[in-house]
Parts: sequence; C-alpha cells; structure tokens
Amino acid sequence: MLLSISTTHHPPSDIGYLLHKHPDRVQSFDLAFGKAHVFYPDSDNERCTACLMLDVDPIGLVRGKRGERTLDQYVNDRPYVASSMLAVAIAQVYGTALAGNCKDHPALVSTAIPLEVRIPSLPCASGEELLHRLFEPLGYRVSVTVHSSNTTGEPSDKPSLFGIELAATKTLSDLLSHLYVLIPVLDNEKHYYVGDDEVAKLMRHGEGWLAQHPERELIANRYLKYRRTLADDAIKQLREQDGESPIAIDSDSPDDPREEATENKLSLHQQRHHEILSVLQTHGARKVVDLGCGEGKLLRELLKQPNLEKIIGMDVSHRSLEMAADRLRLDRLPPRMQQRVELLHGSLMYRDQRMDGVDAAVLCEVIEHMDQPRLEAMEKVVFWSMKPELVIVSTPNSEYNAMWESLTAGSMRHKDHRFEWTREQFQAWANSICSRFGYTCEFRNIGELGTTSDGRDVGSPTQMGVFVRDS
Amino acid sequence: MTPEIIVPELSLVVLIGASGSGKSTLARRLFAPNEILSSDTFRGWVSNDENNQEATGDAFEVLHYLARKRLARGLLTVIDATNVRAEDRQPLVQLAREHHCLPVAIVVDTPEKVCHDRNSTRPDRDFGPHVVRNQRRAMQRELRGLFREGFRHVFTLRSPEECSNATLVRQRLWNNLKHEHGPFDIIGDVHGCYDELIELLQQLHWRITSIPGEPEGACDAEPLLQDGIPRKLVFLGDLVDRGPKTPAVLRLVMNLVASGQALCVPGNHDIKLMRALSGKNVQIKHGLAESLEQLGREPDEFREAVRKFIDDLVSHYVMDNGKLVVAHAGMKESMQGRGSGAVREFALYGETTGETDEFGLPVRYNWAADYRGKASVIYGHTPVPRPEWFNNTICIDTGCVFGGKLTALRWPEREFVSVNARATYAEPRKPFLKDGPHPLSLQQEYDGVLDLEDVSGKRHIETRLMRNITVRTENAAAALEIMSRFAADPRWLIYLPPTMSPCETASDGPYLEQPREAFEYYRAGGISQVICEEKHMGSRAVVIVCRDERVPSTRFGITGNNNLGIVTTRTGRPFFDDSGMEQSLLARLRDAIERVGLWQELATDWICLDCELMPWSAKAQALIRDQYAAVGVAGTAGLEATVAALKKTRERISTIEPILTDAIERHQLVQRYIQAYQRYCWNVVGVDDLRLAPFHLLASEGKVHLDRDHTWHMQTLSRLADGVDPVLFATPWKLVDLSSPASEQEATEWWTALTGSGGEGMVVKPLSFIAEGPHGLLQPAIKVRGAEYLRIIYGPEYTKPEHLKRLRSRRLGAKRALALREFALGVESLERFVRREPLRRVHECVFAVLAMESEPIDPRL
Repeated sequence: MLLSISTTHHPPSDIGYLLHKHPDRVQSFDLAFGKAHVFYPDSDNERCTACLMLDVDPIGLVRGKRGERTLDQYVNDRPYVASSMLAVAIAQVYGTALAGNCKDHPALVSTAIPLEVRIPSLPCASGEELLHRLFEPLGYRVSVTVHSSNTTGEPSDKPSLFGIELAATKTLSDLLSHLYVLIPVLDNEKHYYVGDDEVAKLMRHGEGWLAQHPERELIANRYLKYRRTLADDAIKQLREQDGESPIAIDSDSPDDPREEATENKLSLHQQRHHEILSVLQTHGARKVVDLGCGEGKLLRELLKQPNLEKIIGMDVSHRSLEMAADRLRLDRLPPRMQQRVELLHGSLMYRDQRMDGVDAAVLCEVIEHMDQPRLEAMEKVVFWSMKPELVIVSTPNSEYNAMWESLTAGSMRHKDHRFEWTREQFQAWANSICSRFGYTCEFRNIGELGTTSDGRDVGSPTQMGVFVRDS
Repeated sequence: MTPEIIVPELSLVVLIGASGSGKSTLARRLFAPNEILSSDTFRGWVSNDENNQEATGDAFEVLHYLARKRLARGLLTVIDATNVRAEDRQPLVQLAREHHCLPVAIVVDTPEKVCHDRNSTRPDRDFGPHVVRNQRRAMQRELRGLFREGFRHVFTLRSPEECSNATLVRQRLWNNLKHEHGPFDIIGDVHGCYDELIELLQQLHWRITSIPGEPEGACDAEPLLQDGIPRKLVFLGDLVDRGPKTPAVLRLVMNLVASGQALCVPGNHDIKLMRALSGKNVQIKHGLAESLEQLGREPDEFREAVRKFIDDLVSHYVMDNGKLVVAHAGMKESMQGRGSGAVREFALYGETTGETDEFGLPVRYNWAADYRGKASVIYGHTPVPRPEWFNNTICIDTGCVFGGKLTALRWPEREFVSVNARATYAEPRKPFLKDGPHPLSLQQEYDGVLDLEDVSGKRHIETRLMRNITVRTENAAAALEIMSRFAADPRWLIYLPPTMSPCETASDGPYLEQPREAFEYYRAGGISQVICEEKHMGSRAVVIVCRDERVPSTRFGITGNNNLGIVTTRTGRPFFDDSGMEQSLLARLRDAIERVGLWQELATDWICLDCELMPWSAKAQALIRDQYAAVGVAGTAGLEATVAALKKTRERISTIEPILTDAIERHQLVQRYIQAYQRYCWNVVGVDDLRLAPFHLLASEGKVHLDRDHTWHMQTLSRLADGVDPVLFATPWKLVDLSSPASEQEATEWWTALTGSGGEGMVVKPLSFIAEGPHGLLQPAIKVRGAEYLRIIYGPEYTKPEHLKRLRSRRLGAKRALALREFALGVESLERFVRREPLRRVHECVFAVLAMESEPIDPRL
C-alpha cells in the first residue's frame, strides 16, 4: 500500500520539514499491523514526492482471532489497499503534520501549497461517483483509474477498486485531515473496534470542513460504521456547528436500500400494516400469528390492538427474533402484556404444533423470499396443517415495478426476493390454494394505483390476498 | 409358609399399611432402590421434613409426576405410602390405567402393637396411638373393596414374620415375546378363506398334509426349511366371518398354535364370534351369520374349543427384541407391551374419531401418521389395495374375502407373498379396490411436509457407524435457517457429503501439506493400501439422476415438473440457478449411463453420485470476483506502484534496496496467486462448458454401494467418461501399497507433477470405503493440497518463510472429529433412504450434517 504526496511548491523540499521526514533518508516505523516506510522517489528543484508505504503483515492481521468462520477473514485485500490502517499510519507517522505543527518553519504550516496525492488502490464499493462527491466539494481536482476484477471475461457489473489522483492548493495539514477521515469512509470498513472516542476523533479531524460538507451525514455514518447512537451524536453535533437545529433521527435500521429507497416514499409498509389490522378487526381475530415477523414491525402494531388476546411472532432467523424482542422491549413489558406475545423460532417449511389453534395467520411480504418449488411445503404447513380461519398474504406486484425508474426492467425490489408476481400470477396461485385446501380468497390493492407513461394500468405496488376458510 | 408375591413385570405396586407396619423395610428388601417412591422422601424433598404432614399435597404432586415418567418409560414402580384410604389409592389406580399397566396392592397388615412399638423407637414419629389405630381401621374397612377399586392382584401380609419371609416373583407379560426372533411369516385377515390360506402357506414353503378321515383343516403342517431355521406363522386375527370355510381355518390355526408353530392375535370378528358362542346377545351382522351357520354343523366340543381358543388370545405381541409388534388393528407406541382394556380395544378396533363416514363406517383416526416408534407394527383390519409401509407400520389386509388377495409378510426379510382370492365372497361396504393407481404412496403423501419437532432442539441420532451423534440446539437452530431459506426440496436431499480434513502439517520444508503425512495417517491406522485420486478444483456436487421423468415422483415423491433429478451443493442448495442447464447436464449423464448399461447392471432407475463439478467459477463466480480477484487486483495495483516508486528512489538512495527486493518478491507472489485461481475459472455459456467428474457411486435402488472399494467406484464411473460426451470426466487415480517405499515414492512424484502444473492436489482414501483403525472409524478421505493452490487459501504471500513458520501451527482435531460424524450421518441417511424409511428419518441425518457445518472450524482446513 502506498500513499504519495507531491508538491511543486518552491522549494519543494519544504515538504520534508512539514512531514518531519528528511528527503534523503529512508525511515521505517513499527506499527501494530506491520511496518511503515517513508521515502522520497523525487526530490529536486522542481518537485518533491514523499511516499508512505505500508508493509502489512497478512498473517499477523488474523492471528489470535477466534471463531472466525469465513475465508475472507484470512485472505483479503487489506494488506494491499488504502484503509483505516492507512489512516492510523498517517496519524502515527505524519502525526505532527496532521496536527499542523512544524518546529522549524511555523509559517509553512498555514501556507496553502500546491499538492498532489496518488493512491494506487482505494476500495469504494459504492462506485467511482462517491470519490467525486467526497473530494470535489473540498476543492480537489479528482482523476480516477478503474481497476476491474472480472475473471472470466464477462463484464463485471460494478467496479469497486480505484486508483485516485487528487490535486489542490491546500495546507498539508488540511490535506492529511481529509485523507485521514475520508479514506476509511470510502473503504467503509474499520480494522479496529469503533468506540465512543471515535466521535471526538471525527470532530477533531473534521474541524473546519466537515460541517459544511454536503455529504456530512454519509461521512459520519460510515466513519462510525453504522453504530447508530454514535452516528446520531455526531450528526447532531455537526448540525449544531452549522447552525441548524438538531432534528430527531429515525433509528430504524435500514433493510435493503433498494426496497427502502423505492418503497419508502409511500410508507408502503404502514399501509400494509393498516390494511392487515383492519382485516383482522373485521374478522374478529383473537389469536394471530405473524409468520415471518422479522424484526417485529407488524408485531408492534398488533400489540396495540386490545382485542387480540394472543400474538405470536414466528421467524426463521434467530437474529431477527432477538431484534424483535429488543424492538418490542419484551423484557420490560408488564406481565399481562408479555403473556400476550410469544416469539417463536420456526420455519414455514416445517409443520409446527405450537401454532395450532390460531385463528389468523399473516404472511406480510414473506412468500417472495421463498424459492418457488418450496412454496408447496409452506402451503401445506399454513393451509393444511395450521389451517386458521383467516390467512392474509401480501406480496409485491411486479407490474408496478415499471413505475420505479431506479429498478431496471426485470430486476426485483430486494436482493433476497426469489420471485415477484404479476396480479395474474398471484391470483392463479391463490385460487389453486382455495380449491385444494377449501378457502375463499378476496384480493386487495395496497398503495396507490399506477399507470405507466404509455397508459398501461399496473395496479398497486403491493397486492394482498385475504383467505377465509370455507365452513 | 413363605408368602409369594407375584407381580407383572410392568406394574404399579401400591403398598398399603399403617405407619410403622414395615412397608419401607419390605419394599427395600424386594425392590430396587430406584423403583421405590416413598412419600416420606418426597415430603423431605419439598419441605426438609419427612414427617411434615402439611407438605403432603406438594409431596404427592411430585411423586405422581415422577411415577408418570417411570410408567411412561415402561418401568415397574412401587408407591411406599400408607395408602390406607380409598381416596389415597384412587389417583394411583388412575395413574396405572393411564399408562396401561396393572395396579397391584400389597397390604401390610401388621398388628397395632407392633406398629406402636416401632414408632416409639423413632423420635421423629411422636404422634399419639390414635394415629395408627385410625389408619388400621380405615384400611380394614376397605380391604375387601380393593378389587372393585381396580386392583388386579392383592397380596396381604399379616405378621412381621410373613413380611420378612415374603418373596417376589416378577412375571413376564403375556404379550412380551421379545425372546422370539422368528423368522416369521405374518398373515393378514383370513376371514374363512381356507383354500387361499392353504395356497399361501404352500407358497411360503409349508408342507400341508390333510389327515384322511379328519375334517377339513385338520392337517399336519411343517415348514420346508430353506436355511435350516424353522419359521413361525403369525395370524393377525379376523380368521372368521364372511368367508366359506371358517371352521376349517379355525381348526388349522388352532392346531398350529397348539403345536407352537403359530401365534395368533384376536380380531374384532373373532371376539364377536366368541361372545356369540358364549351366549351373549350380539348383533348377527358383518358375516357373523355365515360363521355361526358353518359352526352349527360342527360338534359342541369344537365350538367350545373355538370359544376357549379365542378367549385365550393375547391382544398383541411384542417380538424380536422389541423390533416387531403384531396386532389386528395396529398398536401405538405408548400401548405396546402393555395390558389394559384400552390396549385390547385398540388392538381390536384401532383408534376411531367417533364420527362415521358416508358409508356408515367409523372414521378411523390415523394413528400411524403420528407413529414414531422403533418397532415395526404389522397389522390388518382395514382392507387396502396393496400393502404400503407408512412410518414403520404396515397393514397387510389385502381384502381376500372381498375378492382381493391374501397377503403374508416375511420377517425379517420384509418380503410380501400374496395369493389371489378365488372368488368375491362378500361385497365390501366401501369399495376398496376401486382406489386405482395413485401417483404417490401414502408415505410420500405424508412426507410432503415435515415436522419441526423432528429436527429442532438438542437431538441424538443413532447411526450404524458411530452409534449416537449429538446435535446441539444452537447448531440445529442455525441449520433450520439455512435449510428453510436456501436448501432444495428435502425429498431430494438424501445425502450431504462430509467435510474433508487435510493431512497433518509438514513439520519443515517448503510445503504446508505433502503426501507423506497422509500416508503416515493411514499406515498408523493399520491400512495397507490406499487410493490417491486427483482432486479437481471445482465445486462439490451431489447428483441424483433418474432414468426417466417418472422416477422423481415414483421414488422421490416429487411431482409437478418433468425433471430428471437434481444437482445440489455440499450444503444441499440447488447447484444451478438455471434449471435448464441443470436438466441438460442430467440428460447427458442419463444418456451416458444408458450407453454403458449401468441401469440394468445395478437394476435401478436412479443413481446418486458424489462429484466434482467444474469450473469452480460456475458456482463460485461471486466469491471469486468479490474475494479472490479483489485481492489479486488490489495487490497488483498497490505493489506495482510501490515497486515503481522504490525503483526511482533507489537511483538516489541505495540503502532502500532490501525494501525494493521484498516488494518485488511480493509482487511476484501476487501474480502467482492470480494464476492459481485463474486456472480454475472459465466462462460458462452452455452445458458443454461444464465438466462433471463423479468419484463415488453412492447409491441406487435397494443398495448403498459403500461396501464396494474405491477401485470399483473409480472403474465403474470411468466407464461414463467414454469419450462420447466430453462433459463427463474421469478422475485419474493411483493405488499405493503403504508397505512399499517405492510405491509411496511414485505417488508422491505423481502429486508433485500434478500440483506443479497447477493442479489442486489429491485425495487419499483407504481402499475400502469404510475403514476402521485401532481407535475406531478412520477418516474416509484426506486431502493433500498443492503449494500453489494453497496460495488461494492462505494468501498470496504465505510461502514466505516467516509466514510459513507461523502457519504450521494449525490444529486438525476438531475438523477430523467433525468429518467422522458427518461421514457417519451421510452413510446413515443413504441407508435409511434406500431402506425406504420415512422422509423424517432421512432428513434428520441430512439436517444434522448441516447443523454440524455451523460449528466454527478454521475454514482454511
């Protein structure tokens, strides 16, 4: 890993004073994760270039860790790319320059000088565009080389590794601060635990520029690695520095950003929940199971309904159930409320006697996460074994996808969706359930009805089937 | 005189006697400590005071709970409490009834004075004389009512002498024939069809000789021994009614039973006939009239003999070490080997829901659907078109009297022998033969949905190779998620391959892995010959290929598509997202099997293969791009720039040379790393770009081929790679004699050449598929990976001496233990599938392998 900083300032060798490293010497430093070397490939009257080279020990990087289960813990790009380790090296090797100190030439510190930065391998999974969005507002000219990692000749869909060159006239201290903060933000990984003092670090190194940066939220979120409370603190502080009122921030964790981005405008899930509650109400359901309850968004609404005596949340993901328990604050509910709710780890692929006797089952945006050949098992579990009087199934209406520009034709709303059905497909499926298991189904639209620019009716974003068992 | 107390081996023994009468002493002398539940002890447990009467309620609650658990497990249990009042005994009688075992009373009627004297020596029993007096009065008042209360056996000990002399005899239950191992020929409902019965017996190789001058049915019968072991007949009841020759059938069976050549359990028709013969008022329906009319022509003595014969029949039998249960209408697990009115009812009629169907017949509750017992239950009662195993139970009444067949099941062979009815002697109310061919068997229909209870929580799985294997709750929970979200239909999942351990780490030299250590492992395990197979760098694939599109439904129960089988990954996921590609690959494989005549040779219409499917990139495209290629590209970009900067610096500063040399070396290592993975990647457009290398022929109909050695597998499978279809690929292999250094040397050179030209390496296996060493099962396979391949696993620079030194300290123990457990589970699942066990029994093993895979193990091994 290499970071080159050049200047054409006169005299160029001033940069040696600023960095506190003599241009005619090679200096090496021991760091926690390997070694750093500083050397100067050019040092003449025109130009001086200082290189910070990291020699990361790839074996030492993982030794001592226990319970690692995947290979990428052991073989990864970390030794070869600009990451939080480079930021640490900047702070340790170029510490005085970063802090803006220079014993010998104090005036140089506050002088803006022409600077060029080269980083040969900088990972950024969000793509090239983010490089521009982060550096250009700070006044850099940015030029980018794309490194493609396709292996078999087919086009790789999204390059995520870049070589970057930045040029600007700045104080060296500012430049190092920018790199210190933005390299880990672009890479979006941290090699160390993100603790509370990270907020202070971010504030210190972001002083004077971060509050005005148009991407400050993204920078804070990523710098603090999505640790929400830390990120919230930082964003509030930044807003205050910029003279805005610190508004409340929704702490809901994001699902797949694609689904969120496209659907959230309509707060579609609220509309779905609203419809489900009203159907349950109309049918006088008392014992309800939310099959595939996830993190418990719907459960929270169900709990507010006093006429529901028993609410079961079932999910196949143990982790989701833990989050649901947190979200519902299960351990802090009064005992009577606690008795109304039960979270069960289960699966729609297996018959489950614990759910016998419920009178309504809800599958809210669940079936599309199952492989189609396995729906048969789910059908038997729900409509044959559990066979409640009422079953509510909601799923995306794929026709409506045409309304979203962000969705390319044929693609789905969520990366785990195994299929998305048209209204006709969904209704054919529902009708076959009815004839096989003795139910009657009524269909509903959730969300606004859409018409494409060429006048095609595409229905609503979500479709819902309300199945009532034949008596 | 020595009083003898006779108790059935499974009974609830209730001691009755006043305080100080000597019950506890008696109990301790006659029964094992664990069998005795004493109220004093329970009082002590719940309240710290054995005499605390206030704690009696709690104490008995716990005592009853424990008694229930013991009785449910079929263990004799003794209740040591005063039990002097009927109200104390009533819940105990109830308890015995619930568990279908007999309540036995032992009354300890010790004189009052003796009780007093004993109590007075115990400081903790400082109650007045009225207590014992009242207890004895209450007891004596109700003694005579004990039979009415439900006790089947009552023993009374009237003095301390009788107490100290009494002996105990435990009596085997009538239905316990666990010591009878057969072999058996088990015969379904005969219903007076004598001619068909004789024909069936002849087909079963019995010689039947009628005795001249004697009535029909009086014959000599003897089994023609085929293998020197005498066979025994078992009749499942309903010998009588509807058919033409009820007396002859009865005469034959009664003689066979009397001579010990046959066993017989009663059917509902037999019992009703017996009641009619006893003069009870019964409705003359369902063919009883024919029986009575036919028997009317027999002498009185014969009718009396019939009555007594039926009256003496035992409701059901548990035989062959508990592996076999026979009863007329079936027997659920909780009732097997027990005796009560309810058990007898169940044996005669099965379980009914209380409703009737459109034919006016009682709706039967399908007890077999819930059956999870280890014993196979063979029964009759309900005529079925053909016998079908269902959850380890089978009905073999094929409706002979209704014009169907008379069927026998041979045990333990599990073969069926049937003869056709010579006439339709009666019309069934429900037309059972009109059922027609059904696409799925009863078992397959039922297996369409599995039960969470059969996979979740902590489980112990019995395997043939390793006995019990435990699956931890957390691992089962992880497997539930993977299985539900990603796996293929469980009906296809009959095998998941075990993980494979590498060889021990080389202690020095340029390699981390080399053949020497693998050979040494097997030599130490007492193996003389191993096979080395080239390890192809692709992805593991388990293939089930069928001869035609019908087999998936007939054998695997999968309907609704025209597939030829499936290709799954090592974790049971569908290998291909594109099912078109999958099916054309399977068609190519099917054609090759056809060409070389393997279907006929193995007498099968499906085959399960363990394979390597190449290229690696076919499955691992995303992994290669996101992980391996990302490292290669980053390494190249980073180090190229670094080397350039260092070279330029060297022009001015020569001391930088060592850093430059090192950077150049690292850059070269990254290039070798890229070459290592690139070799295993090529673009796949169609099925022609794939390469399938099968290396185990795991199973086919009726057979798991793990008894054949690896040479057989290699030779048989190499025939598929006949050159006609380039997609099918034979795996090169070599046999190594572990006592010959030259042979070992040759194999090592082979490995060096393979890996030197970029091969992944080789797999070393003991020649026989399942091999035992001095300390049990040996690893079924050990991989020896090449130095260049390991670069993808340990990182581009792992061969630098300072890195290699640290990497040598790796531990294989956990990986190897896991590999053995997974191997045992894999073999077990195949064997269960081939034996046609219910899906849940196969799935349990497959699920367990997946659960094992969630153990944290170093992924580089």
